[in-house]
Amino acid sequence: MNLRISRSDFIIALAPLIAFLLALVAGGGILLVLGKNPIEAYGVMLDGAFGNEASLFRTLTRATPLLIIAVGICIAFRAGVINIGAEGQLFVGAISAAGFSIYAGAQLPPILLVPLTLLVGMIAGALWGAVPGFLKARFDVNEILSTVMMNEIAVQLLLFLLSGPMIDPEQLAQGTRVPQSAQLPEASWLARLAPPSQLHTGLFIGLAAAVVVYLLLWRTTTGFRIRAVGQNRDASRYAGISVPRYLMLGLVLSGALAGLAGAVEVTGITHRVVEGFAVGYGFSGIVVALFGRLHPLGAVPSAFLFGALLVGADKMQRTMQVPSATITVLQGLVVIFVVSSDFWVRRYTARRQARVATNMPITPEVTPATPSEVSA
Amino acid sequence: MNNLNIVQIGAEALALAVLFATPFLFAALGEVFVQRSGVLNLGVEGMMLMGAFTSIYVVSSKGLGADPVIGLLVAMVVGALLGLAMAVVSVTLQAEQGISGIGFTLFGLGLSTLLFKLLAGGVITARGFQSLYIPGLSDIPYIGKILFQQNVLTYLAFALVPISVWVLNKTTWGLQIRAVGQNPAAADAMGVNVARVRYLTLIFGGMMAGVAGASLSIAALPVFQENMTEGRGFIAVALVYFGGWSPWKVMGGALLFSIANNLQYWAQNYNLQIAGSPIAPNLLLMVPYVLTILVLVFARQRRRQEPAALTKPFTRGEN
Repeated sequence: MNLRISRSDFIIALAPLIAFLLALVAGGGILLVLGKNPIEAYGVMLDGAFGNEASLFRTLTRATPLLIIAVGICIAFRAGVINIGAEGQLFVGAISAAGFSIYAGAQLPPILLVPLTLLVGMIAGALWGAVPGFLKARFDVNEILSTVMMNEIAVQLLLFLLSGPMIDPEQLAQGTRVPQSAQLPEASWLARLAPPSQLHTGLFIGLAAAVVVYLLLWRTTTGFRIRAVGQNRDASRYAGISVPRYLMLGLVLSGALAGLAGAVEVTGITHRVVEGFAVGYGFSGIVVALFGRLHPLGAVPSAFLFGALLVGADKMQRTMQVPSATITVLQGLVVIFVVSSDFWVRRYTARRQARVATNMPITPEVTPATPSEVSA
Repeated sequence: MNNLNIVQIGAEALALAVLFATPFLFAALGEVFVQRSGVLNLGVEGMMLMGAFTSIYVVSSKGLGADPVIGLLVAMVVGALLGLAMAVVSVTLQAEQGISGIGFTLFGLGLSTLLFKLLAGGVITARGFQSLYIPGLSDIPYIGKILFQQNVLTYLAFALVPISVWVLNKTTWGLQIRAVGQNPAAADAMGVNVARVRYLTLIFGGMMAGVAGASLSIAALPVFQENMTEGRGFIAVALVYFGGWSPWKVMGGALLFSIANNLQYWAQNYNLQIAGSPIAPNLLLMVPYVLTILVLVFARQRRRQEPAALTKPFTRGEN
């Protein structure tokens, strides 16, 4: 696992930026070959993302679910479990939150409804993550493959629920049978911050999640153990840490946050679950987390950047007929370049450690190394 | 429904199972070589999508209108190039293989969709590889329909199973691949170039993934849709675990998953019912993915056969 990057070294922070620029250049090359002017395309994207107040709000709105997902991904990847299942965890979180709000909403006081709806989404996401988590902890099942499969299952589950048990009664009445849920009661909607934009209080939930997860990972014993298991499973086992428990915890917490992102999206923006709801958010969240160096606070600017990319891509698609799939290409390139750049980061840190070791002044305070330290 | 009908339907179902086992088989056989050399290529899905689109574009009258063989060659080249890129990332730059594989999957998904929308404008079909009746054998009742009325890519995929076994177990090449996957340091000491072997298996694996995509888009279906592989590339990787890194068992798995994948089609065509009501198609579409997870659980006893150096980069003098 080359996932442990906690030093705030200049070069380490710089590596993803260089990777990002390379991805933009490579993506631009592809656009050029396809007969689209990359400079113009990127210019339109920039304008679409930051051009005016409305577009800035759109960027923040789009960044919100990405941030929440990415913060969860940080926990899983830090624990050494590669959770690719955010997509599915988000779906079940959204559909469960919607179901709870639609069917129980009327019986609850509004003050309880919003937090409970979000909690239901979190629990559903956590359970969806617990399945591959348990299989990883108990049977050593490759979590990448199992979470990908859980994504595909969630897609079908969502369609099954939306076209059958949870279909909007109005769709049935009109006989149109569009697969979508009923609208959530208004009492469960998140407040809008700057109408008419869609920006909602979910942004604060995302920022709070980033801080809480940062504190969890670096200020608590649980967080220390999660990171220890991620860095070296064998050493953690010798140190008496229950490795399976923390592998599972990593996936459960990660799933809970993805589920929360789904609940936030449905209560904050769409107010109902529709076919094709939030498709691709889970994968974008993974890219955001990697780009933020798997640090919850790094995920904040990273989510903002990728939110901007997605919003800009919508504009690019409208005005230049460049399909928004361009963003998926860029995301893939960013992932490839970021994990590749670890090579230079490792080399740099290794060289510097070697230099520090040879320049170490020999002072009387330094006790001679014991044989065990020498061999280590 | 009389008995004859049931046998006929059964033969038809098995013929379809053999046809749709083809993409699984190509992708998974390629992955067997990659993993035997100690590398996990999780970019198979993206490589399949790129092979699927480029080949149908070359063959379709909407694109270049070339012969299916040219389409196949293009898919091979595209897959091989992606495999080469994966080799640079995972062998030379020693990047984490799971995550870089996901990167390649995203890249392939994005680029195939982008090309599809820009070049094909939303719909593309082609007259690809046609069924090739094997003289004599194709007339055998039922068996002929199942095994000997397939397209040439299906024959090729199944022929590659014994060939793969032979290459892996009986040739110097196979020995080098296995040595590099089991104990790269020892292989290195014996004069085997570890990086070179891994580059070659990744290029081969990418090529096979490209062919797997083409076997869907210009043979089995023949049509392209956005994200048309629907996780088949990942299932192919799971099949390698399921098959314990042995081509014969991988073939069994490919057939099993092909049947699971076709369930929904059969339920719809023959109006299968449980307790008097049709089964929701989405529930049947879940089956292959649920099956994959179960298979991964039960394949854990096979983990003993796992190449010891799987996912571990090799640096001379460190391992």
